Amino acid sequence: MALLNFLKPKNKLEEGGRSSVPVHQDDGEPEITCPNCRKEIPVSRLWANHMVCSCGYHQRMKARQRIQLLTDKDSFTELLTGLHTKDPLAFEGYQEKLETVRTVSGEEEGVLCGTARIGRQDCCLFVMESEFMMGSMGTVVGEKITSLFEYATAHRLPVVGYTVSGGARMQEGLLSLMQMAKTSAAVKRHSDAGLLYIAVLTDPTTGGVTASFAMEADIILAEPGATVGFAGARVVEQTTRKALPKGFQTAEFVLQHGFIDRITPRKDQRALLSTLLKLHNGG
Amino acid sequence: MSQNPYDKVKLARDSSRPTGVDYIKNLFKNFIELHGDRRYGDDAAVVGGVAYLNGKPVTVIAIEKGHNPKQRALRNSGAPNPEGYRKALRLMKQAEKFGRPVVCLIDTSGAYCGIGAEERGQGQAIAENLMEMSTLCVPVVSILIGEGGSGGALALAVADRVWMLENAIYSVISPEGCASILWKDSAKAETAAANLKLTAQDAKSFGIIERILSENDLGKPDFYDRIRVMLSEELDALSQDPDLLQKRYDRFRRIGADVNNEPIKGM
Repeated sequence: MALLNFLKPKNKLEEGGRSSVPVHQDDGEPEITCPNCRKEIPVSRLWANHMVCSCGYHQRMKARQRIQLLTDKDSFTELLTGLHTKDPLAFEGYQEKLETVRTVSGEEEGVLCGTARIGRQDCCLFVMESEFMMGSMGTVVGEKITSLFEYATAHRLPVVGYTVSGGARMQEGLLSLMQMAKTSAAVKRHSDAGLLYIAVLTDPTTGGVTASFAMEADIILAEPGATVGFAGARVVEQTTRKALPKGFQTAEFVLQHGFIDRITPRKDQRALLSTLLKLHNGG
Repeated sequence: MSQNPYDKVKLARDSSRPTGVDYIKNLFKNFIELHGDRRYGDDAAVVGGVAYLNGKPVTVIAIEKGHNPKQRALRNSGAPNPEGYRKALRLMKQAEKFGRPVVCLIDTSGAYCGIGAEERGQGQAIAENLMEMSTLCVPVVSILIGEGGSGGALALAVADRVWMLENAIYSVISPEGCASILWKDSAKAETAAANLKLTAQDAKSFGIIERILSENDLGKPDFYDRIRVMLSEELDALSQDPDLLQKRYDRFRRIGADVNNEPIKGM
């Protein structure tokens, strides 16, 4: 199911960030062109390598595949399922869009939340889903993240969070914007309780998510090459009418400017998270 | 009320409206401006300092757009850089230390979308304000006096009370930006403005603001006198509330908490 979803063209569904990756299927196995090295890679090989090309380029990854890669076998228990938006603004075309996105992504909303073990370390985990309106934050995403931090505070658990987001979801207007304040307040309570929060920023992490829980972690990791920023690059270009510096708003750029702790390739994340969780749990 | 939402957008952006500095001059006495974020610089788009409100000390922070081209150039048209948000947070922390309430006056199309702003962590600066304001131990009242542009406005609006001028707007994205993303056509800003529900009346109906302030006599002494009385009474009441922080948490916690909780058909 997930594989089929991945193969479906999704250009219309993307909102911001880079354009979707074209999938070619001539005779044999479907292939994907790497946006970095332009080589065509069979889908199965990309999957086996957790969506990382041999050139090192980290492609986007579905949230469930990521959870499978990260967590100890059968340790993920999903929480906060069945939540869906009331379309509070009755925004033109939003219901139809949601239906399409649900079908294509196979998910109910833009984030998965639960408890898990990573290298035998207990934690709460959230992973955002790029295929769901580019992980935009509306009331459901805000409610799920907030509830997860509250759960983690009540159960004295660390939180590991994978972000991918175009920002606040326009179709829920001010209610989306308020989720930035709501999630931030829950992160603050978790932090004030002396608990650890590690964020892993993946491509792209922008807008209202960067300006809230993505940047509020004790330790902030990022995937190589991920776009990390507040304003969209095109908006910055239009506003300033200046050429953007090389590598603007990449993980490497924000590392250099002091806003994240480390860049960690996908294959090393599980081990690093496990070590960090253990270190903060009495060693 | 007969205006369409995009007329409100135009009114909210009108350069003849009173700006942050006008409110500071007319609502407070003995304002002393305090500069700088102690990290990088001093952002002229954010004006802050200490003053008296009806004889009591307060910290005041305003986003200032300026009225004319010269002022707008100086104030970056009210689009703060990260150092503006960091100055605001520094002054709020100072207010907390000395136990005086905070009043924020908000008027911005949004946080500045510049190269330097990104290099200096615009997202991080806003995020830190949201987090820290949620537990600031003194009363905070924020008033949206013109444009309330997205995260750049919210960064000064994690408050116990949020009020809006009758013709102010508060939105997750500009109607032009929304139209250009959704319909690839910034000319559809009117449609976007109607869809975004960005008026003060909308914000009140969603429970996102507590009060709409009348614009009768806008900019005249009576106008400021009314607001001064309301602010003063509100800050007095909030100062005596032992559950201030819990109520502030709940104020934001309930927004969007009424999402449906049942399986979606076909999932």
